[in-house]
Amino acid sequence: MGMETESQFHVLAVDDSLFDRKMIERLLQKSSCQVTTVDSGSKALEFLGLRVDDEDPNVLSTSPHIHQEVEINLIITDYCMPGMTGYDLLKKVKESAAFKSIPVVIMSSENVPARISRCLEEGAEEFFLKPVKLADLTKLKPHMMKTKLKKESEKPAKEEESEISKPGIEEEEAVIEILPLHQELESEQLETMVSSSSNKRKAMEEVISTDRSRPKYNDITTSV
Amino acid sequence: MDLVQMQKSLQDYTKSLFLEGILDSQFLQLQQLQDESNPDFVSQVVTLFFQDSDRILNDLSLSLGQQVVDFKKVDPHVHQLKGSSSSIGAQRVKNACVVFRNFCEQQNVEACHRCLQQVKQEYYLVKNRLETLFKLEQQIVASGGMIPAVELGF
Repeated sequence: MGMETESQFHVLAVDDSLFDRKMIERLLQKSSCQVTTVDSGSKALEFLGLRVDDEDPNVLSTSPHIHQEVEINLIITDYCMPGMTGYDLLKKVKESAAFKSIPVVIMSSENVPARISRCLEEGAEEFFLKPVKLADLTKLKPHMMKTKLKKESEKPAKEEESEISKPGIEEEEAVIEILPLHQELESEQLETMVSSSSNKRKAMEEVISTDRSRPKYNDITTSV
Repeated sequence: MDLVQMQKSLQDYTKSLFLEGILDSQFLQLQQLQDESNPDFVSQVVTLFFQDSDRILNDLSLSLGQQVVDFKKVDPHVHQLKGSSSSIGAQRVKNACVVFRNFCEQQNVEACHRCLQQVKQEYYLVKNRLETLFKLEQQIVASGGMIPAVELGF
């Protein structure tokens, strides 16, 4: 399977400041992500294919005219924007059946604890203080992996058994693809499978530990 | 000056900017984002920063010059300038903006005027220094040399 060439993560970055868009774009590119930048929350929703009803802005529907070709793995948005704030955008995404599984990250130059907890409570995965650093972006991978995991669940099962027995699988994608998707994973399962760097392991564990519900696995047929 | 001398000058000059607190480590972050695929990234964002800041400072002068100062207009400008100077690593400009914002909150017009002067001073200083830095880099590149990586051993 062509792991390397298979889809890079695609991030949608939202910021009203051109300067900040340039910065976040470069940061994301340097982190090997494909980037699309937009300058407002409403443009972000348009890009996703959500049409905002002019009469009632609380009603979102999927636009019949936009065939959503682009798979977005993460939305990163500034908090302070005129019109629709990053928080408003977060809410709209999480309220949409089609897109609520897309992880959202909020950025802000202001360290306001109440603001941070509100965003996290509303479903933001991370809250980055600006200026955002390259190191911050390493936190994004686990969140973006989750969306790939979910997408894979919609595909028919492949030859999963043979994949598992391959030693030293470096690519996290390979590991995740072979595991049944909507099951939460016990960390020890992952530890045995992820043979590579401690960074990746930490990322995996972070995924597990931040999950709010952790049902025990029961149907996993894979074995190591 | 020969190439090696020019490169040494550039390194010393860059170091001095850090030592004087004109630039902070965020500037190094910017340099990390520059590579063969984006060889002019730093000068591009810095240029954007200059353009934004020139405009903001102008707007601030106008807003503060009004008979009745509308702090609802002043504060967002200072906020933006604080943000971009912070992203560039222009530490002293950023710090001056922090002070400025405090006085905005207090709606202290007198103090805000002084703050604006302070911000302008720091801004022209960093602008001047960065322009010199870029000139030094250009000279090196024009002579066929490479820009040495900044080594901050202090």
